[in-house]
Formats: sequence, structure tokens, C-alpha cells
Amino acid sequence: MAVPFLERNLRITPIDTFIDPPQPRARAIITHGHADHARSGHDAVLATPDTVAIMKTRYGENCARSFQALEFGQPLQIDGVTVTLYPAGHILGSAQVLLEYKGQRIVVTGDYKRLHDRTAQPFELVQCDLLVTEATFGLPVFQHPDPKAETSRLLRSLSQEPERSHVVGCYALGKAQRMISLIRECGYHDPIYLHGAMVRLCDLYEQHGVPLGELRQATGTAKGELAGKIIIAPPSALKDRWSRRLADPVLAMASGWMSVKQRARQSLVELPLVISDHCDWNELRQTIAECGAETIWVTHGREDALVYYCQGQGLIAEPLNIQAYEDGPEDAGGDETGDAAEGRAA
Amino acid sequence: MKRFAELLELLALTPSRNRKIAALSTYFSDVPDPDRGYALAILTGALSFKNVKPAMLREVVLEEVDPNLFAMSYDYVGDLGETIALIWPHQETAEDLPSLTKLIDLFNTTPKADLPRLIAALLTRPSTNERWALVKLATGALRIGVSARLAKTALADYGGKELQDIEEVWHGLTPPYGELFAWLDGKTGRPEINHTARFHPLMLSNPIDEDKDLAKLAPSEFAAEWKWDGIRVQLILGSGRASLFSRTGDDIAAAFPDIVDNVSGEAVLDGELLVGHDLMPATFNDLQQRLNRKIANQKHLTDFPAFIRVYDMLFDGQNDIRSLPWLERRRHLAGWLQANPQSRLDLSTVIPFKDWDELARIRRQGADEHGHEGVMLKLMSSPYVPGRPKGLWFKWKRDPNVLDAILMYAQRGHGKRSSYYSDYTFGVWKGNEIVPIGKAYFGFTDEELRRLDKWVRAHTVQAFGPVREVEKQLVFEVAFDSAQESKRHKSGVALRFPRINRIRWDKPAAEAATLADVELLIDAT
Ligand SMILES: [Zn+2]
Ligand SMILES: [Zn+2]
Repeated sequence: MAVPFLERNLRITPIDTFIDPPQPRARAIITHGHADHARSGHDAVLATPDTVAIMKTRYGENCARSFQALEFGQPLQIDGVTVTLYPAGHILGSAQVLLEYKGQRIVVTGDYKRLHDRTAQPFELVQCDLLVTEATFGLPVFQHPDPKAETSRLLRSLSQEPERSHVVGCYALGKAQRMISLIRECGYHDPIYLHGAMVRLCDLYEQHGVPLGELRQATGTAKGELAGKIIIAPPSALKDRWSRRLADPVLAMASGWMSVKQRARQSLVELPLVISDHCDWNELRQTIAECGAETIWVTHGREDALVYYCQGQGLIAEPLNIQAYEDGPEDAGGDETGDAAEGRAA
Repeated sequence: MKRFAELLELLALTPSRNRKIAALSTYFSDVPDPDRGYALAILTGALSFKNVKPAMLREVVLEEVDPNLFAMSYDYVGDLGETIALIWPHQETAEDLPSLTKLIDLFNTTPKADLPRLIAALLTRPSTNERWALVKLATGALRIGVSARLAKTALADYGGKELQDIEEVWHGLTPPYGELFAWLDGKTGRPEINHTARFHPLMLSNPIDEDKDLAKLAPSEFAAEWKWDGIRVQLILGSGRASLFSRTGDDIAAAFPDIVDNVSGEAVLDGELLVGHDLMPATFNDLQQRLNRKIANQKHLTDFPAFIRVYDMLFDGQNDIRSLPWLERRRHLAGWLQANPQSRLDLSTVIPFKDWDELARIRRQGADEHGHEGVMLKLMSSPYVPGRPKGLWFKWKRDPNVLDAILMYAQRGHGKRSSYYSDYTFGVWKGNEIVPIGKAYFGFTDEELRRLDKWVRAHTVQAFGPVREVEKQLVFEVAFDSAQESKRHKSGVALRFPRINRIRWDKPAAEAATLADVELLIDAT
């Protein structure tokens, strides 16, 4: 392959544009609304309409000087580089970025998953020469189970312990709405109660055509009303006074990390739900095999194991060490580093 | 097996002790024999398999998984069993795992050469949790935070018994505990257990509070004995054999053949195991040599012969005498020893005293001249009550030895305190020089620790890795149990159980102790 026109800090050389830059830049393409990818303070932002809406909701209307919304699958010409966004299946509006220049095709996946999710546009495989893939769950111990089976464990616990509130720790953007949607899909239609940090983003999802059923605010609700009910709260609220004021709650947590029991124990989670918005090991391998790329750059997580695996498959692979994904709280925090902070502030 | 896997997961993840007990209790009532008995055996660590071992499981996995990827995964997960359960790449079998009983039978009877294939077939199923439970069962390393005591508490809860009732029969029972469950279910009476085959829970003492307790106790109602510096044991004699248990009920006979091969008669005795020639106790260090080995070696048997200083009797022949007063049991014990002469047992002496002041004097003298740890006080009218009953037995330890030493080196601590300098080496004067005599952690408040940490950083002379040498200015009051001669230490002295009592911010280093002061405190044993 010719020398790539993408640099290792994800700068697209011919057009001086960065993908998900951690510092303010003149031109940025944003894959999705999570805080480790979407920062405020850029001059010009290109993203899907859903991601633009999410950024404005989280950081304010003026978090970038200008926004350009680009629909999925619509090629955009910028000085000889063709940019096309494809669904990444990670959260609402999340995109992979296809870059084409002088016959070379590069895909930057952003965060992605291939498992079923009614709240995100489903992942589409894109052929390319160079794949820049995330590796949040890039170890063979991560084999995510069926999310509906995990959700039914929550509903089973609810029927076995009908007096106890069930607090499910979820990141406010993406995971919370997916969890609610899964609960509905499994046939539960009672009101679901929300921690204050969840409300704005749930409203936004509904406005963008994702039905979530009847939602109520948990704060200010009488204790008795919450017994035997499901409450969605940010992970940080599991540990603080907020959940302790509930009567003897079952603490659950929806995250890919929850497959490791020692992890769940350390975070005092009684009911770990292995529900992830990232690819597991098998999905990562499948994507690498199917996209046709000969060169794989690995970032955002456990680069070493995936790079080692790719090299064993005869591919050219190397890790990218991008600061943005490393300086958040420990990865024990969960799928999306930035959201933990937001939950805490709310 | 599915039910057992669910139980294990709940036990591992539920922080509430009561909820764990309730879950166990429910399990015992839902699950039939012998599955529930085997579950109990697994939870209490009573089961192990000759040929199914962690290393074997690892090999089974490495047939299927790249070794480097396995190593990176193990490094991340931190628990071998859990890594195996999570990484196993095959899931296609849909049928349920066999019952617990059947699995245990398979592990015990499958020829060694066929075991890897069996394990691989069992691991191949979709539920991670079942794979996890299976690996935990096979390796015996549960690490789920359930103690044998918790399991027994749940048995008591399930059968409506006292924990003590369970403890009484526990050591005479074996998996799958059919007679235990029959009793708990009210179908039969309490299991009949030959007392010579089982451990009886010990009676333990409480520390005395000199200011509060002594005034309320009548000296004439108590007997005093030396507190021996060995390990507490129970010796069970009968039908021509002897069993020896530690205070927690572990069978330690294999480590002490010199005792179990040289005792005779029929009785259950309580006493202190010591080492030394001619029934003269040597130091705890010498005993430690023996305790470090599960099976005794010949040199140790010659150099450090073991004996038991006996102080109580639970059964005289077949008679349970635990309900008799101490004074009566003591008479039985003395009579039994007279009728059954022993070379490896002797009787702990009773110390005569008139009042507490006199006993305090004797206690101090015993500590100074013979290195005794202190004295035991036993209410003469008291029966033998297992556990730690209040007001019957007391231990009255001698005052700790104290000296003022000078801080020399500080080292960063571990775990929660790893960011502080919390490990300290201190020394005493030898002429114009300061020689180290010990090392201790700091046992005080975070506030003091912070102040000390700051002092260390401000007075560092040199740093080597995690260790800092400091200016020799700060005095610690160090308490310790005893001082012993030591060839390994430059000072020639070693302190046993040193701890920092307080920081003498006020005291000049010149007034700290000298090596000669410390030598005076060396045990006269
Ligand atoms: Zn994300
Ligand atoms: Zn991310």
C-alpha cells in the first residue's frame, strides 16, 4: 500500500482535518457524541445530524463555531478527498469514516459494535485498504453474550426480589437508552425511573425516533413508589448517597467489563449485566477479516493483544497511542470514559 | 449443576452476609441429597481431586488458545479459573451439565489420560457462568468470600440449630453429609460420633482489663497458670491411636509423629504444644522450625523434640466431663496422668497467689526471668464452654517492653498506604554510632502518618528506590514482646513483634536508648 494519507494522530494530511481530536482544531470530523471523541471548541465540525444534535445538547449550541451535518452514505468532496460516513452501530448517530484519496481507501471505525441494538443505526461493513479499529475489548476473554438474555436476568431478579429497587448503572449517553429499549423489547412496560443525569439525553433519543416507553424522574419520587421498580442511573450514583437512600436496592451495572467477576465484586455490583456497546474479541476479528484491509491500526483500548493477533494473521498491524483515550478515569470505569464524569456532575 | 453455578455466583457477588446465609439455606432445602452435600463439601474446601489440577486445566486451554493471548488475558483478569472460563472459545453444546454428584464421580473415576478430553467437552457450552462454576469446582480455588464458618452458620439456620451444635458434630462427618442433613431435616437424631475421631471446639480466653476487671474478680475463685508461648492443641487418644488438632481443627498429626507415636490411653486433652529437650520449653523460634513443615524431618525431631504441656481435660476415657467445674476436671486430669504415665505430656503447674498484687509481681518476675508471655486466669467453678465465653477465662499478658529508638530509614508502604512512608527502621546508640535493631509499620492515625511522612520527605539524606535514609533526629517509643540475641542483625539483638507506640517529637535523639539498655531486656531463657 502507498504511504497512507492519514497520520497516526488521525490527521488527514491533504485537507488538514482531524478525526475525533482531543485538542481544539480548525476542522474536525466527529465519529460520535461520547466525550472521549467529541470535545467542544473546534472551529468547524463535520458529523452525522444525530451527533450534531447530541453535541449541542451536551455542550451547548456554540460548542463549535460551525457544524456541517452529513447523512450516512452521502459522499462529500473536500479538496480531492472523499468523505463518507457509515453507521458504526455504537450509539445513536455513531459513524465510521471512509476516506478515499487517489485510489486509497481508509476506514476509521470510531467506537463500534455489530450486535443488535434498536437505538443505533446498524453497523455496515466497509471495504478498505487501511482499517483504524478500536480495541476496547481486544482480549479473547471478552465474548459478549446475547444482550436480551442478559436483560432477562434483570427482569428475573425483579420478579424474585419484588420489594427491592433495581438500580442499573449505565452511561448516560447510549447505554442508558439501549438498556431501556432492551427492557421494553423483553416485554416490561411499567414506568422506568431516571436519575436526573439521564433525562435530557433520553428526551433527545425520543425526539430522534427511538421510543423508550413511559419514563419518570426518580428524584423527588416517594421511596415507596420505587420499591420493585427499575431505576437507570449513572455508574457513579451506584456508590454515592443517591442510591443508598433507596430501600435495600439491588445494584446492577450494564457494561462489557461486567463479564469479569472480580471486577464486578470490586465495584460492589450484585447483578452484573454483560451488555456492551463495543465489539467483543470475536466481532473485532470478524471485522478485520471481512473488511479486506492489509494494514490495521489499533487504538482505544487493549492494542497489544489485537496487534499481536493481526500480525499472526499475516497483516501489517501497529498500535496508535492516542492520548485522548488514555487520560480518562481508569478503564474500570466503563465503556465510555467521558460519561462517567458527566454522571457525577449531574 | 446449573443451580450450583447460580448459587456460587450469588455468593460471590452479594455483599450481604445475611443474604448469603439465606441463599445457602434455600439451596439446602431445594436441592436433594447427595448434591447438596457435595456442594457443602466444595464450599468448605473438603473436596479435592487427585488428577484434576489447575495446571492440567491450563494445558487443556492452551490446546485451543494462543499462549501469548492467554498470558495477556490472565494478566488482565488476574484469576486463572476465571480466565479459563472466559477465554474458552467453543460454545456449541446445548445440553445441560451433569449433576454435581455425577461431575464429582467423573473427576474421580475418569482415567488420567482421558481427563483433558472430558474437561474440554464439559467446558464447551454457552453459559460463561457455568464454565466458571465448573472450573472453580475442578480446581477447588473458589475465592468467592465464603468461609467454612459461614457455611456452618447457614446449616444452623437451615436446621434451626445453634452454630455450636453444628461445630460439635462437624469434624466427625464426611461428604456428602447424609446423616447431617437427615438430622437437620428432623428425620433422625443428632449423628452419633465417636469422640475419639473428632475435634471438639476449644474454650478461649478474653484479655483482661486491669483497671476494670480485676477489682470485680475475687482472687480466691480463680486459678492461675503461666501463659505458654507455643501453639494451642487438642490431643485425642483412644482405640490405640492418637489424633492431634490445631485450635482451628486442622489435623497436624503428620507434623508431630514424636508426640502421636509416644502417647497412650483414652482421653481428650487440651494443652500447649512446645518444643525442647527434657520437657523444657525452648524459644518460639525453635518451634517455628517445626511448624514450617507439614511433615517432620529427622533432624528437627532430634533437635527440637515436641511435647504438650496439658492444662485441661474434655473427656476422661469415654466420659464427657466438659460440664464439670474446672477444679474437678483438673482432678481428673492429674489422676489420668498418674494412671497413664507419659513421656511427651506434662501437667501445667498452677501458680499459688493470695491477691492480684501478688500475682502481678509473679507475672512480672516470670516475664523478666523466664520470658513468660503472661498468666492465664481460670474461674475454678466454670465448665468447659466452647467459644469465647465472657468472664470465665482471662489472659493477663505482661507489660510490653518499651524503649526509645531513633528513626533511621523509611520505606513506602503497601496497598492503601503505598503513597506514604509507613515502614520504619530504627536503631539505638552503640558508642557514637547508631545501629539498627528493628523495623515496624506505623500503627497510628492517618493524621500522624501524614505528619511523619512530611518529616521524612523534609529530612531525607539519601534515597535508594523506595527507601529513604533520614537524618538521625526523630525518636520513636517502640514496644515489643521480647528481645533475643541474633547473629543476623548487626546489633546482635532482634526484637519480637516490635510496634511503634508513639512518636516522641519532644525527645532529643541523644536521650534514646543504648545497645546496653536493650541487652538487659534479652530473655533469660
Ligand atoms: Zn463511544
Ligand atoms: Zn470511545
